Amino acid sequence: MSVGGGTTSKEYKGLKEGRPIQLQDKDINSTRQKFAANVDSIDAQISHSGVTITYGENYLSTEIDGVSPMHARINKIEMLHGRFINDVDNSQQRKVIVLNEDQAKELNEHDPAALVGQYVKMDSLAFRVVGITQSDQTGMNASAYLPFFTLRIIYQMGDKVDNINFSFHGLQTEADNEAFEKRYKATLNANHDAAPDDEDAVWIWNRFTQAMQMNMGMGIIRKALWIIGLFTLMSGIVGVSNIMLITVKERTREFGIRKAIGATPASILRLIIIESIIITTFFGYIGMLCGIAANEYMDATIGHEQVDAGLFKATMFLNPTVGFDVCIEALVVMVVAGTLAGLIPARKAARIRPIEALNNVE
Amino acid sequence: MIHLHDINKTYFGAQPLHVLKGISLDIEEGEFVSIMGASGSGKSTLLNILGILDNYDSGEYVLDGTLIKDLSERRATEYRNHFIGFIFQSFNLIGFKTAVENVELPLFYQGVSRRKRHKMALEYLERLDLLPWADHYPNEMSGGQKQRVAIARALIANPKVILADEPTGALDSKTSVEVMALLKSLNEEEHKTIVVVTHESGVANETNKIIHIKDGRIGKIEENLDHHASPFGINGVMK
Repeated sequence: MSVGGGTTSKEYKGLKEGRPIQLQDKDINSTRQKFAANVDSIDAQISHSGVTITYGENYLSTEIDGVSPMHARINKIEMLHGRFINDVDNSQQRKVIVLNEDQAKELNEHDPAALVGQYVKMDSLAFRVVGITQSDQTGMNASAYLPFFTLRIIYQMGDKVDNINFSFHGLQTEADNEAFEKRYKATLNANHDAAPDDEDAVWIWNRFTQAMQMNMGMGIIRKALWIIGLFTLMSGIVGVSNIMLITVKERTREFGIRKAIGATPASILRLIIIESIIITTFFGYIGMLCGIAANEYMDATIGHEQVDAGLFKATMFLNPTVGFDVCIEALVVMVVAGTLAGLIPARKAARIRPIEALNNVE
Repeated sequence: MIHLHDINKTYFGAQPLHVLKGISLDIEEGEFVSIMGASGSGKSTLLNILGILDNYDSGEYVLDGTLIKDLSERRATEYRNHFIGFIFQSFNLIGFKTAVENVELPLFYQGVSRRKRHKMALEYLERLDLLPWADHYPNEMSGGQKQRVAIARALIANPKVILADEPTGALDSKTSVEVMALLKSLNEEEHKTIVVVTHESGVANETNKIIHIKDGRIGKIEENLDHHASPFGINGVMK
């Protein structure tokens, strides 16, 4: 969950609405103390923009984020070389910096990895590069990282905090999350003399509920696909069943003969159901091959195409495949469908009385 | 072998039809019998009852010491498979199976292994001089050949009784004579009990005993060992 300062939307305690709120150390303390039941680890973040980093002849302009070691874990930042900011960096306010892949390439084109351990100049101060992060092409995490306290001291920010990020547990449902957010906002609002029910004084970005909503959306789409699939299958079953009924009618005589010379009703039932299963499985198999072919075609064409959103690139359909488990499931579904399709015609065939069938001369 | 006592059968349709009105009949083992009657006399119904293809309303039918009455379909099927070999007017071979496969079919339903039943089917086809046609389909054979395949199929399960329903009805006179000669030799050489239902006096004349049926009752039973019962039957002329 990510928390930041907003703007008040209500007047409270004689203060006008529209007042910007700046988070402070006390908010971190509140988070840690009052919400200990749910909060795991806390990362404070503060940003400063418009700094120039120089290495030899190369330089770049970027935003820097003062962060705690937790930041890498909460935001799933991958290290390419070296390490992330650690606790010692923070407590000793070391002048260390973590660059991202793109920045490292810009500063040392030929061997970005060699930057680790080197000193870069940031404005007038020298910082030691301790690590290089992987750029994830989402446009986020594009800044360079400094220890939180180092940044705050160098740029004289007092006890200001821009964002508080924390991981949490024990909030299973959307309602739980909403209640938590409400309590949390009320607590922070009290720290800043804002109305407890002011929605805008502090903003919260909750990845968990977003993921939940996303999952729900995916679930609905998946369910819809299943329903469409089942209805298609059902029409297929009706089709096969109809064909089998006609076949049974045409073969009335044959079943009559078989019964006259010793076929039990069960053996006729089995005969028809097996035929029905063979038909459905055979054509189902063809359908599956078509699906695999379609997937291969997709893989060959749009599978390698990247969606360019201007800011970042993403591959939308990577390696579309029909899994082995899906094939097995499909086989089971087809056998069941075949049995269902054959059931009514088979019962009809099994009930044929031999004399009626034999009298039915053409 | 076959013992019928006071068999009654009524078809309940728009108008109830009393088809068999108390049939009592005994056929001994090794007899070659024909049942004769005009159409509508009830002879086909009687054959269906003899063949356990149909139920009867009252009376008693004992086949080789087994009472055949109110059987479940499973039991009826089992008895048909083991006791009775059928020969039909229209052959009733299965069109998409070869001659040898058709002959194998009763053994298939007895659960005989594929190899064994194939061997037996070939033996029976050989006895009926059909070996060259073993792998032919019914529509590639003449009527007489088809009927001989059907006879092989009726024989293969080694039934106690062979029931033939108008076995020559779809054949020309020459093959009719051949088929009847074949049935006769089966009766004489292997002592098979054979019941032939027919309305042709020439066919009936080939048998040793003629049972006349009229309006659901047994008219008269003729011993016909010298085969002179019918003026049309002499010299094997039929039709």
